[in-house]
Amino acid sequence: MQRKLFYKDGFWATVMLLPNIVGFLMFLLLPVLATFVISFSNWDMIDAFKFNGLTNYKHLTEDPVFHQVLGNTFYFTLVSVPIGIALSLLLAVFLNQKLKFIRFYRAAFFLPVISSMVAVSVIWQWIYNPEFGLLNYALSFLGIDGPTWLTSASWAMPAVIATSIWKSLGFNMLIFLAGLQSISDDYYEAASIDGASKVRQFFSITVPLLSPTTFFVTVMSIINSFQVFDAVYLMTQGGPARSTSVLVYYIFQNAFQYFQMGYASAMAYVLFFIVLIITLIQFWRQKKISIY
Amino acid sequence: MKERIWVKSTAHLFLLLGSLVMLFPFIWTICTSLKDSSEVFTYPPKFFGEQLKWGNYERMTERFPFYQFFFNSLKITVIVVIAQLITSSMAGFVFARLRFRGRDGLFGLYLATLMVPAQVTMIPTFLLMKYYGLLDTHWSLILPGAVSAFGTFLLRQFFIGIPSALEEAAKIDGCTPFGIYWRIFIPLSQPALATLGIFITMGTWNDFINPLVFLSSMDKMTLTLGLANMQGLYSTDWPALMAATVITVLPILIVFLMAQDAFVKGVTLSGLKGE
Repeated sequence: MQRKLFYKDGFWATVMLLPNIVGFLMFLLLPVLATFVISFSNWDMIDAFKFNGLTNYKHLTEDPVFHQVLGNTFYFTLVSVPIGIALSLLLAVFLNQKLKFIRFYRAAFFLPVISSMVAVSVIWQWIYNPEFGLLNYALSFLGIDGPTWLTSASWAMPAVIATSIWKSLGFNMLIFLAGLQSISDDYYEAASIDGASKVRQFFSITVPLLSPTTFFVTVMSIINSFQVFDAVYLMTQGGPARSTSVLVYYIFQNAFQYFQMGYASAMAYVLFFIVLIITLIQFWRQKKISIY
Repeated sequence: MKERIWVKSTAHLFLLLGSLVMLFPFIWTICTSLKDSSEVFTYPPKFFGEQLKWGNYERMTERFPFYQFFFNSLKITVIVVIAQLITSSMAGFVFARLRFRGRDGLFGLYLATLMVPAQVTMIPTFLLMKYYGLLDTHWSLILPGAVSAFGTFLLRQFFIGIPSALEEAAKIDGCTPFGIYWRIFIPLSQPALATLGIFITMGTWNDFINPLVFLSSMDKMTLTLGLANMQGLYSTDWPALMAATVITVLPILIVFLMAQDAFVKGVTLSGLKGE
């Protein structure tokens, strides 16, 4: 009987799953549910825990700061995603030309990806410095008197966006490169014989055949953009005048600076809901998509 | 043929220009870390100072417990990588190969949590750590880091692709499921484990928001949090700050250069997730 148990799947499944399931329940599944419960409460770590129904969610619809951070998050996403995708696709197409030095280029574009955002933001704060930074020095050659970048309400967000694009470019480029390498050379050869130019080939072959990859990169970029935090916290602290405050930054402030756990949880669920919808769109499209 | 050469030169031109934009900030950082404090603010900016000031690296360790930060990051990263590889590979094996009631439902739950933003679990985790008195200890980073739905999913997908002929023979010889996992699946999955290991290393070493939320005392801080604090306190000592930045990036850079192909494969793999 003992011996039999020793070879049973169920026994080993339990033993080998146990550490994983304990961690999964404690730090993933239960917290997801707990946040949902807390979002219907007034919990601020001082007063007694009390449910307050939809008060937090109602408050969200009236909180002008929440509207502003939501707007800023959309601004960040709508600008950084299209530019990031266009640039990384262009670079991947170039990299796919069977060039020499491909390992060097790949490593160069990947360096920002592997670097910590803390290090990156130190470097870029230095570059953006209005008095002795490199960017305004470079602009002075073009006769442009550069703005104060991170301390300017209108230029801080573009500056944060530029740094974020710079950091993630190499990652998207590699995914595009993998997608490009899966397109058969036959299409391009046939098109060349028919006399199609490289530019024409790009729009008539590459773009349509690459669309599943493009779609995936777009969805992932949008999801990541909605969760942007490090760059904002480190470079601008959400300022000036909340012009770079984004959703996760406001969640962080409410939870860990003001200790409004209930309100922060409600916001976290709004974020969850947005990400969920984007993910569902992706699932739905994957089912419909025609694979070439 | 002419068009081909033209295309290649354009490609080189753009890629070289792009590489410069990518690398220049890092090169500038290294240069600044070796300048004298007075030379930092010269206008127009210069690449190199009068002489190389290695003293900036020493000053950084005098003002801040930098060795401690480095050691903390190293310790947390090593433990998290090992723990997560063990929990993910064991669970991945169970989901890929063993049969029991409710398996697919359970795996479905894992899949469902893949799309949950990290911020959604952070508040209850913070309260849990507070309740058990684990705030401001490394446990608050190690315990949640030891398990990931993504790692479990990734290795399960890899294990499913391993042909079952090998384990059939082992089963006949009386090998237990754990024996099959340990003697057949682990040796065969070195590339997948390396890829996942690199991803976990990068994520843990570079993590900022979790140390920020869970750690508060100076001697517990990781390198990223320490660097961010250093910037807040000594925002004018750019050479020392840049020296600290170089030290923060360097270890990951070394890992990357040693295993560039595993990195690239990892990115491609995570890209395939969407296909």
